[in-house]
Parts: sequence; C-alpha cells; structure tokens
Amino acid sequence: MADTASNDAFVEFERVQKSYDGETLVVKDLNLTMPKGEFLTMLGPSGSGKTTCLMMLAGFETATHGDIRLGGESINGIPPHKRGIGMVFQNYALFPHMTIAENLAFPLEVRKLGKAEREEKVKRALDMVEMGDFGGRRPAQLSGGQQQRIALARALVFEPELVLMDEPLGALDKQLREKMQFEITHLAHRLGITTVYVTHDQTEALTMSDRVAVFDDGRIQQLAPPDKLYESPENSFVAQFIGENNTLEGVIKEIKGNTCVVELDDGEIIDAVPVNVSNVGDRTRVSIRPERVEYNADRLDPEAHTLKAEVLEFIYMGDIFRTRLRVAGNDEFIIKTRNAPDQVRLKPGEHIKIGWLPEDCRALDA
Amino acid sequence: MSDTTQEPMLAADGRPLKQSLARALRRQKLRALMLIAPLLIFVMVTFIIPILSMLFRSVENEIVSNTLPHTVVALQEWDSSTGEAPDENVFRHLYFDLFKASEAKEHTKLGTRLNYERTGLSSVFRTTGRRLDDMGSDFQDPLEDINENFKEGAFWYEMLSGEGGEELLESRRALWARLTGESMAGDIGFTPSPQMADMLPWATRAYTDFAIWTVIDDQDVVAEEDPWEAVYAGLAQDLQSEQTQTEIAAYDGPGAQALKDAVANLDQLPEVNFKAAFIDAKEDWGTTDLWSTMQVFSSNYTTGYFLNAVDLELTPEGVQAKPENQQIYMQLFMRTLWMALVITGACILLGYPVAWLLANLPMRTANTLMILVLLPFWTSLLVRTSAWKVLLQQQGVINDILVWLGFVGDANRLILMNNATGTIIAMTHILLPFMILPLYSVMKTIPPSYLRAAKSLGATNWTAFWRVYFPQSVPGIGAGSILVFILAIGYYITPEIVGGTSGIFISNRIAYHISSSLNWGLAAALGTILLVVVLVLYWAYDKIVGIDNVKLGG
Repeated sequence: MADTASNDAFVEFERVQKSYDGETLVVKDLNLTMPKGEFLTMLGPSGSGKTTCLMMLAGFETATHGDIRLGGESINGIPPHKRGIGMVFQNYALFPHMTIAENLAFPLEVRKLGKAEREEKVKRALDMVEMGDFGGRRPAQLSGGQQQRIALARALVFEPELVLMDEPLGALDKQLREKMQFEITHLAHRLGITTVYVTHDQTEALTMSDRVAVFDDGRIQQLAPPDKLYESPENSFVAQFIGENNTLEGVIKEIKGNTCVVELDDGEIIDAVPVNVSNVGDRTRVSIRPERVEYNADRLDPEAHTLKAEVLEFIYMGDIFRTRLRVAGNDEFIIKTRNAPDQVRLKPGEHIKIGWLPEDCRALDA
Repeated sequence: MSDTTQEPMLAADGRPLKQSLARALRRQKLRALMLIAPLLIFVMVTFIIPILSMLFRSVENEIVSNTLPHTVVALQEWDSSTGEAPDENVFRHLYFDLFKASEAKEHTKLGTRLNYERTGLSSVFRTTGRRLDDMGSDFQDPLEDINENFKEGAFWYEMLSGEGGEELLESRRALWARLTGESMAGDIGFTPSPQMADMLPWATRAYTDFAIWTVIDDQDVVAEEDPWEAVYAGLAQDLQSEQTQTEIAAYDGPGAQALKDAVANLDQLPEVNFKAAFIDAKEDWGTTDLWSTMQVFSSNYTTGYFLNAVDLELTPEGVQAKPENQQIYMQLFMRTLWMALVITGACILLGYPVAWLLANLPMRTANTLMILVLLPFWTSLLVRTSAWKVLLQQQGVINDILVWLGFVGDANRLILMNNATGTIIAMTHILLPFMILPLYSVMKTIPPSYLRAAKSLGATNWTAFWRVYFPQSVPGIGAGSILVFILAIGYYITPEIVGGTSGIFISNRIAYHISSSLNWGLAAALGTILLVVVLVLYWAYDKIVGIDNVKLGG
C-alpha cells in the first residue's frame, strides 16, 4: 500500500504537527502529497504555518509529530545537508565573501567534485540563468534581480530533485517580480524539478503554480489548481484571501440540489450555490467576484434575482473600471467592468440594479 | 555631459556651483563645529597638549646649557681625544656658573640629569657644590686683610654700581631666568658700571648675579648685603690680568684705593687655579669621562633618551650598545608585545563562542548573558585585579581546589601569580568584554539564513561554519583584536599588581620613571616608542586587513 502510494507521491506530509512552545500548534495535522515534477505553492498570511512546513521539509525544523517522506523514505532523522534539497532563501543568502562562481561551486565542492567538473557545471548553471559573464563578481555588485537568478542557479547547480523557495521574489519590484515569476516556472518545468514555493502573494501563487495549498491557522484550507481555487473557493477564508471578493451576509432559506435561496440581512432574496452550508436556517456568507457582477439589465437573465444598488464611487483604472456600490447595507461592494467601447460609466449617486448568474454566487460558511 | 567637465556648473545666480554649495554648507559646518567645540577644547587642554608636551620631554635637554651657560660654550673647543681634562678657562666658567646654580639649588638637578647618562655624576655635583664657598673664601680672607673695605657690602655696591650698564644687567637677568625657569623681573636697585665691567669683568658679573638673586629671590637690599664668595674669586681672577692692573693704576673712582692696595699686595693672594681647586674637591673633574659626557649632552636637544630606551647609549665615540647587564628595555618591549598578543589570542578563543551564543540565543536569554558579560565593567578594575590576587596566589582558591581534587600535590602548588602567567590570566579576563562586544555586534548582523543556505547546499555543520560563518565574522575579530591588543599593550594596573618582575609591561617601567626615578625624559621616550609601535601596527593592520573591514557595530 505504502509502496504504491509513493510511486506517484514524491513528497509526502503525513499527519504532521509542529509546536514551538509546547502549548500551541503552529502546524495542525498537515497532510499533503506531491507528485514528481509538480510546482506547488504554499500560500497564506504570515503566521499561517507555511514557512514552518517548508523548514521542516528542508530539515531546519523538526516535526513534533508525524512523518515527512521524500521519494518514499522518511527524512525525519536526516540532517539538512544530507537531504539533497535545493533551497532559495527570501534574501537570497548569497555568501558575501565569495564571488558568484565560488558561491555556485560551493555545493559542488562540499560534494567533492573535481575542479573541471565543477567549472563545467557552474558555467552551465550561470548560462541557464543568463548570467554567464558575472562569475567573477561579488554578490553586493549585483542588482536584486541578478542576485535572485544567482540564488536560483546555486540551488539548482547540484541538480537536486526537489527545490524549495521561500518567498524568493519578495524583495523585487513589481515589474521584475512578474518577469522572474515567469522565468522560474519555465525553468522548473523545463528541468522537470519538483518545486515547493512559499509566498504570501496570491497573484504569484496563481500565475506560477500547478497547485496551490492555501494555509491558514496551521491547516491547509484548500489544495487545488489556481483556476479552481479562484472560481470555486471552498470556504470563506479562501474566497477572501484569493482575489477580490464581495461578501453579503444572510440566512439560508431553502436548499434544492445545487442551488439555494439566501435571505440577506436587509430582507432581499438571492440565489446561490451552496458550498459548505448544509441546513436551512444556517447563517452564511455569500461570495461574488467583482467581475461577475452585471448591471446591464439586457444581459441579465429575466428570472434572475436582482438587488438595488447605489453608486458611491467610480474609479477609472485604465483597462478596467472599478465601481464601489452600496448593496444590502454593504458599502464596500465592488464591481469591475472592462473598459470596452460600449461600456457605461456609472456616476456616484446613481441608483442601479445588479445581478449575476446563480453559479457565480457561492454560499459559504459564516 | 562633456560640457560639464570643461566648464564648471553654474548656479542660478551665475556663481560656480561648487562655490555656492560650499557657502550653503558653511553655516552647517560651523554649527557642527560649535557643537563639538566644548569637547574639542576639553580634549585639547587636558589630553592632547599635555601628551605633546610630555612627548617633547623625550628630546628636550636644555638643563645643561641653562645651568652652565658659559661652561658649555667654552667646552665646545675642547677635544676629548687628547685624553686630558679641559683647560683652566673651562674650569673658570664652570666655577662661576656652578656657584650661581648652587645658590639657586639647581646644580643637583643637573647632577641628577647627567647621572642618567653616567652613574656617579650626581654625587660629583653635590660634593662640589658644598666646596664652592670655600674656593671663594680662599680669596676673600686675604683680600679683606689687605683692605678692610672689602668686608663692606656698601663698599662693593658703591664701587661697582654706575650708569649705562643696563645691557649687562639684562643679559645676566636672562641667564637667571633660564636657570630658574622664573622671569626674575623687577627693579633691583643696582646697575653695574660699564667702566668697572671693563676693568673687573669677572667681579662685576659675579656681583651683578649676586645683586639680582639677592633682590629678586631673597628680597633684600643689595647695598646692605655682603657679596658672595664668588665675587671675591672674580676680583682675584681679574687682578691676574696685566691690563686690569694698568687700568687700576689710572683709576680714581670709588674704591680706587682698595683696588690699588690689592694690586700692590697680589703676592698675599693664593694662586688662582680653579682647575686644581675642582680636582681637589672631587678628583672626577680631572678625568675626561666626566667632561666628555657633559660635552655630548650639552646641546639643547638630545637623542640620548631614545637611545637609552632601546638599550643604546651616546658616547663620544658615537652610538653604542649598552653593556649587556644594563639592557632591559628591548626585552621589555618584546615581552609587552608578546604578552599582548597572547592575551589577544586568548580573548579570541574564549570570546568567540560566547559572542556566538549571544548572537544566536533568544533575546531574553541573550540579554541575561549580556549582563554577565558586562558585569565586570561595573566593578572597579582594582577590585577585579585584587580578586585575581586572592584566586591565584599559592595558598589561593585555585590552588586549593586543584590540591583538593588531587591534580597537584600540596608541595608543588602552581605559581600562578607574580609572573607572566598571572598577568595573562587576569588581563584576559579583564579585556574579554572588549573582544566579545565587537564580535557580538558583527555576528548579530550575519543572518542565520547563510548557515542554513550552506547546509541546504550540502555542507556539514563544521564546513558551513568554517567556510561561510567564520569569514564573515572576521571583521569582528579584527575590531576586537585591535581593541584588546592596543589596550593590553599599554596596560598598567594589572601587571603591576599580579605581574611580579617577570610579568610587568613597559608601561610599568614608564610609571617607575615618572614617579620614582623622576627620569621623565626617558619615560617620555619610552612612551613615544610605545605610541609609535601602536601606530605602526595599526598602519600594518590597515595595509594587510584593511581598516574598512573592521566593524565595531552594525
């Protein structure tokens, strides 16, 4: 049983718990399996336990309870330097007293590779990140983006099967970050490396990953591919945390199959998809993505429930318009519309009706 | 871009930009200067100027020419290689110079000074000083027998005073000022007569000296005081000259009769031979050794102290090594350097792990540990050193424990004190915080992620430490080492208390010369050498390691 499981499960966390002080659990009952070659992102707010999980995998923290397996073998008792896991640190941790080439040669040197082989591999790794001419420089002479590439090259130069990245792009500016996101995913997929990536930036998680594990309160709240995570959040934390989200609160009136009727707190009635509500009379938070809200009556299903809304603010953002509304007592209801030629620009004070497809409206836990 | 390099940038008002900037910054600089001015003045007055003046003493040697101004000049023509003592002329000047000096009690100081260069000279000057009066009395008594007027102070005053001798008076006054270090200013109610100064040069000079001293120092009236014996000696000397005898024959001013009597009865005076008198007082005056020492050290500036400080001496034949049994300073310098190095090394070995712990423990534990590190700072240095005395002595705590544990026999208790071991142990303890603090502040800035990165790249704990952590902590070691080494090299109290004779430093010797032997010149020379050694080491460190690599913090 265990053998068959480990064939497609390269990294496994089984019932892993971690406590620092013996009183509170930072990681509560973590279960996770990752196939070889996958790019998995651990996403969550700070203190959610994602970095602790990464450190346990790297061997810098020991699990209080549970088993971590790599390629089918438990690595709980193996010291970090024998795990053969490449790691990219938040501030790159390039050794300041060594040149770039020496930094890259370091893992090869401690593995006692010959000089010729070392040089060959260092050169290949530098070329891989397009930094071939920088071998003789010191880390301090490089820009943040260049240091980032070197850190990546150093984590990959000894050809590990698993690479861990701890918020590696946190220190870069937006443009560079987007470029590096792209490069890292490409490289990981091209080399077929299994990657565990930790970030608190949800855009990064969505754009880079095969799967995203959303952490909160020491647990994985949802583990799913980016599109599913965004479109079908399984609970209100995920809905709130991933992307922008409008929330309306109410009580379940009726459940029939995959739709339910929710009575909002101000008495209005809407349709929604029940996700993790089970009983009539339960309180619920209804979640609607801003770009799925429609106010053009022509495009709405005539039978759809509509809500009255008052425009509070109109923000022109170039590619999109962002409008803030008051809906069912909620002043922070946002809608986003594409800047298309026929698009109406709403004015503050206008009263409109808004609606959406029932399947875009998810009734989640309160 | 190339335009700016050819023409200076101009500000909006057309002035060169650099000038405008300098003007704008001037106020700021002035304010900054005013803020530090109190401290700057304080440091200048209480620290830098005293140190400079102290260092100046290492070459200053004016005491010889101040005390024996005429002798030093006369002595220049003497050639020590003849193997004979100088001629009568030098001794004559010596007598009058020394007489003055002994009246002012300055001749023993000169003896002490010359004694540094040649043992025994101190007693020569002291003994001779006591005989100077007798040498003059030999002439005073016969002269008073010849004419009773010579007994009277008023007679001398009337005979030698006159008008127009201000120049002579002031030049004598200046010599007094150099001798005593005081201004000697004031009206003395006496001006030497130029005529008498021509006729009786030695007597007039001696009388003028006497007059200045009597009024300024003793606060007496010149005419009421009997002159010094030196004045009689001067008169006797003058009477030897045929020119003087001729002039006296033609002279009819005050005291003419007495002088004529003296000339007529010259045969009643003893022979004027200062050289014989001096040799009679102390036979060393007849040797060339004494005179050559005096000749060598007669200049106002000397390298003698510095040569002494490196176990060399200045002799008429040039610079020579001192006799081996008198060579102590080079050995002491070497020992000081060596022990400071050992102490620095011990501080690195003991301090590094502590600093590492401090930098890596959780905040609260680290703070407690830090208090323990700083605790010694809050205790008096003297108390700590005395505590080591209690611990280290042969019947002390450490030996008791070792004996109790059976590591050493009761009969062969370890000698941990009054030797180099004691100094090294106590000073390592005292200077340890100076190593730990810079190390700690550097280690604090090394993120733990470097060690983790090294380990994740496959390095063992040791490799990660040695290849990654240690090189980054080197600036801390450098800063700590400079601090500890420089403090150690000039340490005084601890070696003094626990060092015995084999554990003392050069600073203890300097203190000895400052407070006990009073050879300040040598102390200053030793201090200057110590300062230069430290500066040279600092410079070498800067060249080899680079002072930019030293971090005392952040």
